[in-house]
Amino acid sequence: MASSATVTANQLIIMAELKLFRTWSSPFPLRVVWALDFKGIQYDTIFEDLSNKSSLLLQYNPIYKKVPVLVHNGKPLLESLVILEYIDETWKQTPLLPEDPYERATARFWAKFGDDKVLPSIWNVFIKQGKDQEEAIVTAQENLGFVERQLTGKKFFNGETIGFVDLAFGWLAKLLSLWEEVCGVTLIDHEKFPLLSEWIQNFADAPIIKESWPPRDKLITKYQALLEVYTSKEAPK
Amino acid sequence: MAGELVLLDFWPSLFGMRVRIALAEKGVKYESKEEDLSNKSPLLLEMNPIIKQIPVLIHNGKPVCESLIIVQYIDEVWNDKSPLLPSDPYQRAQARFWADFVDKKVYVASRKVWRPKREEQEEGKKEFLETLKTMEAELGDKPYFGGETFGYVDLAFIPFYSWFPSYKVLDNINIEAECPKIFAWAKRCMQKEAVAKTFHDEKKVYEFVAKTRKKYVSA
Repeated sequence: MASSATVTANQLIIMAELKLFRTWSSPFPLRVVWALDFKGIQYDTIFEDLSNKSSLLLQYNPIYKKVPVLVHNGKPLLESLVILEYIDETWKQTPLLPEDPYERATARFWAKFGDDKVLPSIWNVFIKQGKDQEEAIVTAQENLGFVERQLTGKKFFNGETIGFVDLAFGWLAKLLSLWEEVCGVTLIDHEKFPLLSEWIQNFADAPIIKESWPPRDKLITKYQALLEVYTSKEAPK
Repeated sequence: MAGELVLLDFWPSLFGMRVRIALAEKGVKYESKEEDLSNKSPLLLEMNPIIKQIPVLIHNGKPVCESLIIVQYIDEVWNDKSPLLPSDPYQRAQARFWADFVDKKVYVASRKVWRPKREEQEEGKKEFLETLKTMEAELGDKPYFGGETFGYVDLAFIPFYSWFPSYKVLDNINIEAECPKIFAWAKRCMQKEAVAKTFHDEKKVYEFVAKTRKKYVSA
């Protein structure tokens, strides 16, 4: 089924101006989906199977061999946050980043903090066990505490409307509760993280965002399988 | 636009150097405060409570953190001369991608050169050289990563050149031999005053690198 989809995609590629390479589940290409949809931009989607990468993907992203790749007029763009800035600079409607340089620097800082620190620390909670997991929980909640305080007095990180930092943290709105369910650990509760809990609700239910989530049951299956791999690695011999 | 500018820095920091070069390119005056990273100042902890690292640029009392974010901020505020990023959105995306590659791949690999065991060191060296060769392929025959003029990616990468002599003596990595185009590019960058004056005395850098390396390498 994958190969016939690729053949069709190859035919489309010659015609279409904007193509997004993604997978059905990865949160990083979702950022690009959201950015393009928010700005009302038309594009074609090519779904990749990362266990069997298309020759086109490898041609466009030989260094990382990953999604997302956004191809605009035949030229590839890589790395989701870099792609977001490109989209914002190329299509000016519904701006994602603020205009003021200091606010832009602040937005870039939080997006980077999300990817460099928050996401890995939460992932660690998911894959580790016992004492390692306890330590991972402390780090993750410390990071989430910083994020919580960023929402003081705001509905979204961007203020009244969704922006760059909200899209960067978008994975949190859906994947966190999923991972909590699969590994049996609650990281965010309404008492300790009231603002983040509300943000999660507001973001997940927002138009465009709401329709974009991959099917929950499929995601649960995927992460359950992944957790089993990590658990079996750690199990005492 | 000017206002009060303070840079919290640490003299051998590759990341601090990026900010110094950017400020020099723009001809902007600032006060530099040297941090002792084993005893961080209350100012640093107040201005960067989350990451607690240098460099931090404090502009009219407001902190900007993370070297590449600071450089972009400098470029956007002092936008009347010496642009660091290209103006075309696609070229800007390319520049951001490669600067990110320097952080995610070149820097990370460079840390792997210093590991306790000999086999791990060899592995780290191999990986580090591969990242340098990738940079070399990207440079191609251009005088700078930015094309005809020194730009964002050049600025992000050139501080690493300050550690090349140390890598040669301590780790037997001869970057001049392995990546001659990178070496030539570095020498070209050093012709720029803004770059050259950021570099400290080679012996002082070597002593610092040797001391740091001892913490990680037992062999």
